[in-house]
Amino acid sequence: MSHEPRAAPEDWRRTSPLSFVVTAIMSLRQAGLGVVAAVVGTGLWRQGWVVLVPMLVALLAFTSFFTWIAWRHFRYRFSDDDIRVERGLFNRTARSVPYERIQDVSLEQSLVPRLFGMVDVKFETGAGGEDEVRIRYVTIAEAEGLRETVRARKSGETVETGEPLSADEPSRPLFEMDLKRLATFGLFEFSLVVFAVLGGAAQQFEFLLPFDIWNPEGWLRLLAGPGHWLEELGVATQAIGAVLGLIVLAVIGLVTGLGRTVLRDYGFRLEDTPKGLRRRRGLLTRTDVVMPIHRVQALKVTTGILRRRFGWHGLSVVSLAQDAKAGNHVVVPFARMDEIAPVVEVTGFTLPGDTAEWHLSSRHQRTDSLVLTAIPFALFAVAAGWFGSLIPDLPAGWHLLAAAGVAALGALLSLREWHLWRHRRHAIDARQLYVQHGWLAPRLDLASRVRLQSVEIAQGPLSRRRGYADVKFGVAGGTLEIHGVPLDEARAVRRAVLDSIAGVDFSRLGEAD
Amino acid sequence: MDPSDQDGDALTPLHPNYVKVVRLGTLLLVLPFVIGALALEFAGVLSRGAFIAPILLLALYLIVRTPLRRYHARGYQMGTDRLRVVRGLIFRSDTVVPFGRVQHIDVHQGPVERGYGLATLVLHTAGNHNASVSLPGLGHDDALAMREDIRAHVKRETL
Repeated sequence: MSHEPRAAPEDWRRTSPLSFVVTAIMSLRQAGLGVVAAVVGTGLWRQGWVVLVPMLVALLAFTSFFTWIAWRHFRYRFSDDDIRVERGLFNRTARSVPYERIQDVSLEQSLVPRLFGMVDVKFETGAGGEDEVRIRYVTIAEAEGLRETVRARKSGETVETGEPLSADEPSRPLFEMDLKRLATFGLFEFSLVVFAVLGGAAQQFEFLLPFDIWNPEGWLRLLAGPGHWLEELGVATQAIGAVLGLIVLAVIGLVTGLGRTVLRDYGFRLEDTPKGLRRRRGLLTRTDVVMPIHRVQALKVTTGILRRRFGWHGLSVVSLAQDAKAGNHVVVPFARMDEIAPVVEVTGFTLPGDTAEWHLSSRHQRTDSLVLTAIPFALFAVAAGWFGSLIPDLPAGWHLLAAAGVAALGALLSLREWHLWRHRRHAIDARQLYVQHGWLAPRLDLASRVRLQSVEIAQGPLSRRRGYADVKFGVAGGTLEIHGVPLDEARAVRRAVLDSIAGVDFSRLGEAD
Repeated sequence: MDPSDQDGDALTPLHPNYVKVVRLGTLLLVLPFVIGALALEFAGVLSRGAFIAPILLLALYLIVRTPLRRYHARGYQMGTDRLRVVRGLIFRSDTVVPFGRVQHIDVHQGPVERGYGLATLVLHTAGNHNASVSLPGLGHDDALAMREDIRAHVKRETL
């Protein structure tokens, strides 16, 4: 535990001057395209070299100068228990990364640095995206050295994944989908996305079409044009036509849904292996993903409006993904709850039992959201009724019809808010937090208390007056929120969760619980 | 202090210089509008003072009053194993980050902050929500000391 906050200056290291050259070339390459476009676009190139050469020199000097400043003010240091990185001239940032938090050190080489034998060193922590720590452009030898240093400092920590938990049972199938199940799943995946795709394609290639499809007059002419052929068909034929159209639509939707499902989930197989959950699926592109169980942060039990009536559900895991791209993996796409339960058990979670104490959101929240939804529609309905009566050519009663329509829509959306409130509930037990939300297709989120990262209580102007708040949790790879709970309850939940978080360190999450 | 019950406790206020930093920032933000209003005034498009007076009043309010209220709305609490950051005038937010979940720590100083000897402490977590929680308006030395504290805590817990 001996570290002095202020280090001797000789401890600080700077990247080699060669890295300044590399960075300058890289940024010049980026600026270059814009400059070429500007020069060609404005016709400056006609001025000849007298103008162009000074311009290029100025550009070179400009980028070099700023790169040099950035390079001059970037320094790093390996102290006893963390890496310190400082950068910036006016905006100075001093970053400290504890060795325990570094998951991996990756070395990356793109073309230009490669020519100079330099690499970009990235220290990967759990934090995703741009907040990673990078030391840009050191020599390969130095990078290897950095990596060794970090590994050496980290030693004593537990080994990452890989050690077999139960050697006698290499892999156990958890869930599989046969063709019948796949077909049923496909039917529920009914999708009209093909029309969106066609619409997009039509927009791209509309010059190939014989008429402008976005022009309603064109359509009118087609329908009512020469001979008014549609009008002459008679009501019965028109009705049959409409029914046929709907049937075609349904068939297209079903076929699309089936096709997409089969392509994605053909041969779906989930196994419990020593390294984690292994999922294989796909017809043409077969994917094989292993999700280490200790990286699972939360679970989601999902369903659909229709499939719910038949008792079908799905299960996804939210995990601290290494590639940070897919934090959300479907592990059971379409199954009965009693098929999902064993998978949940394998991940170390438990579904809420009968004894779970569910809490609803605040009643004030319900009233407020109802009123807030209704007011704009009420105003709009009144406006529609009033302005409508002022339009001279409008047939009598139409403005009332419009007002009634708007009012009905408002009522419907308010009703939805009420139902959303009724179906939103949460529960907390010794290990987990459960949040259920959604009206027609309710979703259940399960989060492990110790795996949460932070807790925020957020209030707007209205909720402050009315005494309720949103509780937002930091989840690695996902989001979790309890909406509109009474403030006291929000605080109680936060207190409970924080106490369980503070008990276990992030780096130990793999071994704990 | 019992770390498990922070809600009732008083918050630590930020460094008084934070008001000045926010004022300077606001000044830079509203200056273009004031200049625009002045230009309109001298162009004589509108009747005298009709435009410039409300703009100036608003600017004055934003520069003098709002930063002060903002300062009073902010605060933090450094517990033994967690940091609580409270902020927001209209939309209040009250965030707690346990030190055990801190991935890395930044101490950031903008040019204005540096002039007033202030710094911003930024805690990065692995969560998608609140991936980085920043606490501006700390004395630079305080920020460094807090960083060392949190740093030591992370180290202690892992050993």
